[in-house]
Amino acid sequence: MLEIKNLHAGVGGKKILQGINLRVNAGEVHAVMGPNGSGKSTLSQVLAGRESFEVTEGEIVYEGRDLLGMAPEDRAREGVFMAFQYPVEIPGVNNTYFLKAALNAVRRHRGQPELDAVDFLKLVRERMKLVEMDESLINRSVNEGFSGGEKKRNEIFHMAVLDPKLAILDETDSGLDIDALKSVAKGVNTLRTKDRALIVITHYQRLLNYIVPDFVHVLSEGRIVKSGGKELAHDLEAKGYGWLEEPVGAER
Amino acid sequence: MSTSTSTIQELANKEYQYGFVTEIESEMFPRGLSEETIRSLSAKKSEPEFMLDWRLKAYRHWLTMKEPTWPNVKYPPIDYQNIIYYAAPKAKKAGPNSLNEVDPELLQLYEKLGISLQEQERLAGVAVDAVLDSVSVGTTFRGKLAELGIIFCSFSDAVKEHPELVKKYLGSVVPYTDNFFAALNSAVFSDGSFCYIPKGVRCPMELSTYFRINAKDTGQFERTLIVAEEGSYVSYLEGCTAPMRDENQLHAAVVELVALDNAQIKYSTVQNWYPGDKNGKGGIYNFVTKRGKCLGLSSKISWTQVETGSAITWKYPSCILLGDNSVGEFYSVALTNNYQQADTGTKMIHIGKNTRSTIVSKGISAGHGQNTYRGAVKILKGAEGARNYSQCDSLLLGDKCGAHTFPYIEVKNSTARMEHEASTSKIGEDQIFYCKQRGLSGEDAVNMIVNGFCKEVFRELPMEFAVEAQKLLGVSLEGSVG
Repeated sequence: MLEIKNLHAGVGGKKILQGINLRVNAGEVHAVMGPNGSGKSTLSQVLAGRESFEVTEGEIVYEGRDLLGMAPEDRAREGVFMAFQYPVEIPGVNNTYFLKAALNAVRRHRGQPELDAVDFLKLVRERMKLVEMDESLINRSVNEGFSGGEKKRNEIFHMAVLDPKLAILDETDSGLDIDALKSVAKGVNTLRTKDRALIVITHYQRLLNYIVPDFVHVLSEGRIVKSGGKELAHDLEAKGYGWLEEPVGAER
Repeated sequence: MSTSTSTIQELANKEYQYGFVTEIESEMFPRGLSEETIRSLSAKKSEPEFMLDWRLKAYRHWLTMKEPTWPNVKYPPIDYQNIIYYAAPKAKKAGPNSLNEVDPELLQLYEKLGISLQEQERLAGVAVDAVLDSVSVGTTFRGKLAELGIIFCSFSDAVKEHPELVKKYLGSVVPYTDNFFAALNSAVFSDGSFCYIPKGVRCPMELSTYFRINAKDTGQFERTLIVAEEGSYVSYLEGCTAPMRDENQLHAAVVELVALDNAQIKYSTVQNWYPGDKNGKGGIYNFVTKRGKCLGLSSKISWTQVETGSAITWKYPSCILLGDNSVGEFYSVALTNNYQQADTGTKMIHIGKNTRSTIVSKGISAGHGQNTYRGAVKILKGAEGARNYSQCDSLLLGDKCGAHTFPYIEVKNSTARMEHEASTSKIGEDQIFYCKQRGLSGEDAVNMIVNGFCKEVFRELPMEFAVEAQKLLGVSLEGSVG
């Protein structure tokens, strides 16, 4: 579904990613871990198409197409979803209204008929239950005045409604207490299907106790320095990131 | 940033869709203003003596006044002798008594503007007074409203048919000495709408005036007077458009509202005069005085305005809160793009005890637009227990526009409670990106964010108007679900 080849990218002239290679198939869950500044967020921003990030080398193929050549909204319409690390507040814009506009933009793009208010509401209620979203949140403005946990839950709710093929969860665990974390993870797990791929970006192993990945990749200084199964995450938790950096950054 | 900027550009460059000119044979006065012009105008309208006297007094006073220079707007000097003060579609006969007698060309013009006078009459809902250039061309639902004792007609008809009411209230809220443009209007106003709601009557439909400037080189000077007797209620709407022309045209209107004991007037405006082209050429100078007087106990006057048009907007719909427990409200959205300038806001003058006022102002600037909020809240000595809440928010789109806020507060009674909140924000790249990541186009994203910003004001508008207002900002309706 997704193939990242030798990706180099940066922001404001600063090189951050220095040759990322990653292959993700449908149905797989990949965790990307790494210390602060290793390039985790840059990777997610580049995948989503944030304009301020520049790709200097390499390519990303998504469903046989050149992802980097697509505008961010087209990537979204083609099924790429990102749960934001810092979900943005849009004052005065009703969360449900926002989602309806988004879903219908996606449906138009795919040549499907738009959903009317009644059908959409039915869908919303069903997905809301699925990810255990509180009803009060869907009638408020997008993320406005939401707590940290509510914002993250809302991202998962958006994902449930938009039904993407590839979802990137950018530090979805940051700022969550254990109960919120469990609840968010539960929502994500209900959205794991054989057709959908997930890239879970996180600093801590904690989240991976609840969203158990098929593969774990460790990012350091813009490169993937180690890949393995879910047990790799446990090793990292026990030993920290330090032990991994030695073979790569020999001078350290 | 580049993408969001280009989206804003697109929005800013959206074409003005009411810019057409209709070929209607007009009768016009020659250019220029003198006592003679005023006498001819008054004679043309077969006005009673008191009107002519009032006009002449206003004119003589105007001659002693100077155009205000304090607004935060720039424009070349206006040559008041180069304006045509009266232009009217040539009547086939003395004047239409019903819509059936209105020139079909005119009906078509209004249809093109999306206001079918005939349909409005068939489908119950909104009663319309249509003002074209200097005169009212038709008022719908007059008969039906008359059954309830409601008078809704052109100002000219009111002068003839209800001189006692006009005499009593004309200039009682905005005297002709009030300001330069109000004095000019008082001297030369040619028509407008008049509305009287008798005691205890709740007006069953929205009343509305639709203003259209069509003729070239003319100024439009209309006057609206609404009187709500004890315990009555009326919701009034006002819309306006004008053709695209390279020359600037002057619109100097006066609106007076009077609310007696327990009466309520809700006045909504969607102002979409031609704003000029993208280089700032042409457009309407909209210099308007709007004021309401809460004369009675527990009366309420509420202004809601959506100002998207005009090259220059200069208006401050205000409330004089005279009656004890009376309430004044002002909800405003003002959008300036390209080279538009707006200096708008309100005055809330608290005189009676326990008077309350609310001000919510949303300014949006795009392109090279300059947007100024100017508001005054005065609590006079006797206004025991007065309360005011003001909120002024500005949204900037792009980096060439400006937002300015000038709140004036004067409190002479120590029991007053005042709250003032203000914010300025730039439409965020992260907000736009967030929307795009969910599949929305950049344009939809901007529309949605702007619309959300204005929500508190839009929800004050009557439903139909809210739709029009949102469309005006290029936005589809929000809140249809959930």
